[in-house]
Amino acid sequence: MKEVDSAPEAARGMNLAGGLLGGLGRLTLRGGRRIFSMFGGMSLLLGDSMCKTAAGIFIPGRRAGGEALIFQMVRVGVRAIPIVVLIQMAIGMILPLQMFPKLDEFGQSEQIATINAIAGFRELGPLMTAVVLCGFAGASIAAELGTMVTAEEIEALKASALNPVRFLVVPRLLATIIMTVMLTVIADVVMIGSGMFTAVKLGIDGSTYFHLTTEAVDVWGFVTGLIKAGVFGLLTGLIACHLGLSVKPWQGSEGVGRATTNTVVYCIVAIIAADAVFTLIFYSYGLFD
Amino acid sequence: MRQATKQFGDSIFRFRIMAGKGQRQPVIEVRDMAKSFGTQRVLNDINLDVYTGEIMVVMGGSGCGKSTLLRHLIGSLRPDKGSVKLFGEEITTMSEKRLNDLRKHFGILFQSGALFNSLTVGDNVALPLREHTNLDEATINIMVKIKLELVGLREHFGKMPAQLSGGMKKRAALARAISLDPQILFYDEPSAGLDPVTSAQIDQLIIDFTRKLHVTSVVVTHEMDSAFTIADRICMLDRGTILKSGSREEFEALRDSDPEQLQSEQDRLLRQFLRGDAEGPITDRTMNSDYEDDLLMVSLKREQE
Repeated sequence: MKEVDSAPEAARGMNLAGGLLGGLGRLTLRGGRRIFSMFGGMSLLLGDSMCKTAAGIFIPGRRAGGEALIFQMVRVGVRAIPIVVLIQMAIGMILPLQMFPKLDEFGQSEQIATINAIAGFRELGPLMTAVVLCGFAGASIAAELGTMVTAEEIEALKASALNPVRFLVVPRLLATIIMTVMLTVIADVVMIGSGMFTAVKLGIDGSTYFHLTTEAVDVWGFVTGLIKAGVFGLLTGLIACHLGLSVKPWQGSEGVGRATTNTVVYCIVAIIAADAVFTLIFYSYGLFD
Repeated sequence: MRQATKQFGDSIFRFRIMAGKGQRQPVIEVRDMAKSFGTQRVLNDINLDVYTGEIMVVMGGSGCGKSTLLRHLIGSLRPDKGSVKLFGEEITTMSEKRLNDLRKHFGILFQSGALFNSLTVGDNVALPLREHTNLDEATINIMVKIKLELVGLREHFGKMPAQLSGGMKKRAALARAISLDPQILFYDEPSAGLDPVTSAQIDQLIIDFTRKLHVTSVVVTHEMDSAFTIADRICMLDRGTILKSGSREEFEALRDSDPEQLQSEQDRLLRQFLRGDAEGPITDRTMNSDYEDDLLMVSLKREQE
C-alpha cells in the first residue's frame, strides 16, 4: 500500500523539480535575450549617433544642432551643479573626519590630504557626479523620450523625414558626456576645498595640505578621472536614450515609468561595472603608481 | 539625394499635369495588401485607389485596421504581401532614405496632434522648413505665419503646445503638416475628442485644403457626420478587409435605405454602422460570440476540481 502511495508523490516531486528547473532555464534565457538585445540596441544607437555627429561636423550645409546641444547641457548639467557641490562638500568633510583618528595614532594626520586627493580625483569625483546625473539627466531623458513615443511625437518626426537619432539622441548624448566631465572638475575642486577646510579645523596646516594634495595627484591622475567621467556620461546618455526610445506607443505611462526606473538602475550598475574595469586596467598597467 | 528628390519631383509633376488634363490617375494605389502581427491577421486583401485632388475617407469600427492601413500608406509599416504605390512609386521595397525624400511630399495629421512639446507653435511649423529647405530665417518666419493664418492661429505663434486647447493643437499640427506644401495629406481621426464646433472647423479646413491647395486627402475616421461632410469617396473597413468602397452618394443611399429592402448581410451591417444604430448585425455578431460556452467551461472546470 505504501509503495502505491509513494509513486505519485515521487512523480509530483519530479514534476516540481522539473518545473523549477524549466522556470529557471526560461528566466535565464529571457534575461540573456534581454541583455543581448539591450547591448545590440545600444551599440547600434552609439554607431548611428557617431555617424550623425561626424556628419554634422564635417558635411557642409548639414545642421550641427548647436542650439539643441546648449539647451540640453543647461537642462542636464547646470541644474545639477548645486546637488553635486553639496554632495562633494559632504564627502570632502566625511573622509578626513573618518580617517583622522587612525592616522593621528601613527602621527600621519597630514596624510588626510593625500587620501582625500586620490579618492576625490580618481574615484569619488567622477563616480558621485555620474550617480547624481543618473537621476538628473538619465531619468529625465528616458521619461522625456518615452513620453514622446507615446504621444506619437517620434512617429511625427519620422513622418516629417527627420531622423530621431540626429534630432533627439545626439544632443542629449553629447550634453550628458560634456556635462559629466565639467561637473567632475567642479566636484574635484569642491572636495579638495571642503577637505582642506576640515583638515585645517582638525589642526593640520593649510599649506602642507595643499602641498600634499598637489604631490598626490599629477596631471595623469586628473585626466584619468575625467576620462572615466566621460565614459560614465556616455553610458548614462546611451542607456537613457535607448530605454526611452524602446517604450512602445501602447505602453503609455506604465511604459514610461518602467523605462525611467530601469534607466536609473541600469545606469548605476553600468557605471560601477565600468569603474571596476577602469580601476583594473589602470592598476594592471601601473598607472596608480 | 538630389537625384532622388528630382525623380520624385518629376513623378509628382507628371501627376499634376495628368490631373490638369482631367485624367483620373490614382496618386495612391494599394494592391492585394495583407499584414499580420504574430498570428493575428490585421489587414487582408486590401485594394484601394485614391485619385488626385479627392478626399477619400477610410472608416470602420475601433480595431478594424484603419490606423494600420494609414501607417502602411505613409511607409511606417511594411506589408507582408502586396503593393503600395505613391505617385506611381512602389514604397514597400523602397529604402528608408528614398522614403524620406518621398515623405517631404506628404503631410500627416496625427490623432493626438503630436506637436513637439519643447518647441513653440511657430517652431513646430518651422521645423520641416528649417530642416528640409535652404530658406533664410526671415522667409521661414513669413511662411510659418502664412500657414498659421490658414488654420487661424497666427496670433498663437509664440505659444507652447501646452498652452493650447485640443482643437488648437490639431490646427497647429495641421499647419505643420502643410508647411512643405504637400501633395497628399493624411489625417488620423482628425475630429476625435473635439467638440462639434471645433470638429466642424477641422472638417472645413480639410475641404479648403483639398479644394484650394489641390491636395489629395486621406482621412481615417469613424465620425459619421464628419465623413459625410468631407468625403468624395468612402471606403469601409471591417475586420481588416474592405467591405465596400464607393462614392459618398452611394453610402448616403445605403444609410437612408429601408432595412427590409436590403438583401445582403453586408449591406445591413454597413447600414447599421453608417446610422450608428444600437441593434443590427454588428451587435448580433458580438452577442453571438461563445458567451454561453465560455460560462459553461467555467462551471465544468469548477466541477472537475
